Amino acid sequence: MADVLVTIDWVAQHAKDGNVRIVEVDVDTAAYDQGHIPGAVGWNWTTELCDTLVRDIIPQKKLEELLGRSGIDNNTTIVLYGDNNNWFAAWAFWQLKMYGHKDVRIMDGGRKKWLAESRELSTEKPTLAAKTYKASAPDVSLRAFLPDVQQASAQKKAALVDVRSPAEFTGEILAPPGLPETCQRGGHIPGAKSIPWGKNCNDDGTFKSMDELKKLYADQGIKGDAPIIAYCRIGERSSLTWFVLKHLLGYQNVKNYDGSWTEWGNLVGAPVEKP
Amino acid sequence: MARGPSGATSSARLWRSRNVRAEGYAKRRQPLGGWEIEIETYQAGELFYCTINNVDPGARYARAEGATREEAESRALEKAERYLKQTRRFSTG
Repeated sequence: MADVLVTIDWVAQHAKDGNVRIVEVDVDTAAYDQGHIPGAVGWNWTTELCDTLVRDIIPQKKLEELLGRSGIDNNTTIVLYGDNNNWFAAWAFWQLKMYGHKDVRIMDGGRKKWLAESRELSTEKPTLAAKTYKASAPDVSLRAFLPDVQQASAQKKAALVDVRSPAEFTGEILAPPGLPETCQRGGHIPGAKSIPWGKNCNDDGTFKSMDELKKLYADQGIKGDAPIIAYCRIGERSSLTWFVLKHLLGYQNVKNYDGSWTEWGNLVGAPVEKP
Repeated sequence: MARGPSGATSSARLWRSRNVRAEGYAKRRQPLGGWEIEIETYQAGELFYCTINNVDPGARYARAEGATREEAESRALEKAERYLKQTRRFSTG
């Protein structure tokens, strides 16, 4: 198993180690309060993992404060897990890597597998001694901005991977069924390939084998020999695909476009491909 | 430190009393309002928790809790159906 993935058994054995901090990050921000891995901290992606004024990733100072009050210093092993097959755990992972945290991992299978195995849950928030955290300046080589994507689409210099569902890719729907529409146009960025995020995972929430993952992308011509940009609607599903490509398959030049379809699909004059 | 009948200290008993296990985790798929959904339900302590995901792309969009599995699922399904009615389908041509 890659050194960025840990099993549920590993977490059960190491959750209370002094140098390990388990962190739950869910799509459903109420899930943590229903019960979490004993000792785990909960982070709210809507308020704690972003800039709440400007649309942006978490500011450096805010990240330092979040980690410090979570009892995390620069040498802590952070293990992330969450619902929806680790969507927002991967989102947190991506941001922690941007800010240079060395040892951050994801619990394979996430919250779903923990629940399915009838593991212990706690409703108590842990009381933690605050620590001092010093983040590096963000590594923007892990992040794609609009001009990068425009160039990639127009000049075909990077593979664009659309990880949304096929119905979002074709423009049949503007958002996942049951969720609010957050764009003006449906479709995809011209030249993008459709590789839904869910194809990375097994039914129990764990990641597929390295061979299966390698084949999944190679079948679409993505072999890690050219730059890759992953996108979805707001950047969290694509951070899971970014995690797979960058950290499980070890491809060097992979970026997450967190502007994603909520940026491109609302942009005046942006070209859109359908289906 | 005081010990209970099991020999555990009061703080250990308190820790255990706040910890439960997820029991009876189950998931199934079914159509709802023209869409495939996945229903996940489990019990933790005295409550049942139900979440509804769309099968594709797998996003949770409704949840509820209840004193029984049926109550939690019925409440979640009611919300899910309401939200799904707001999803529009467009021509892709």
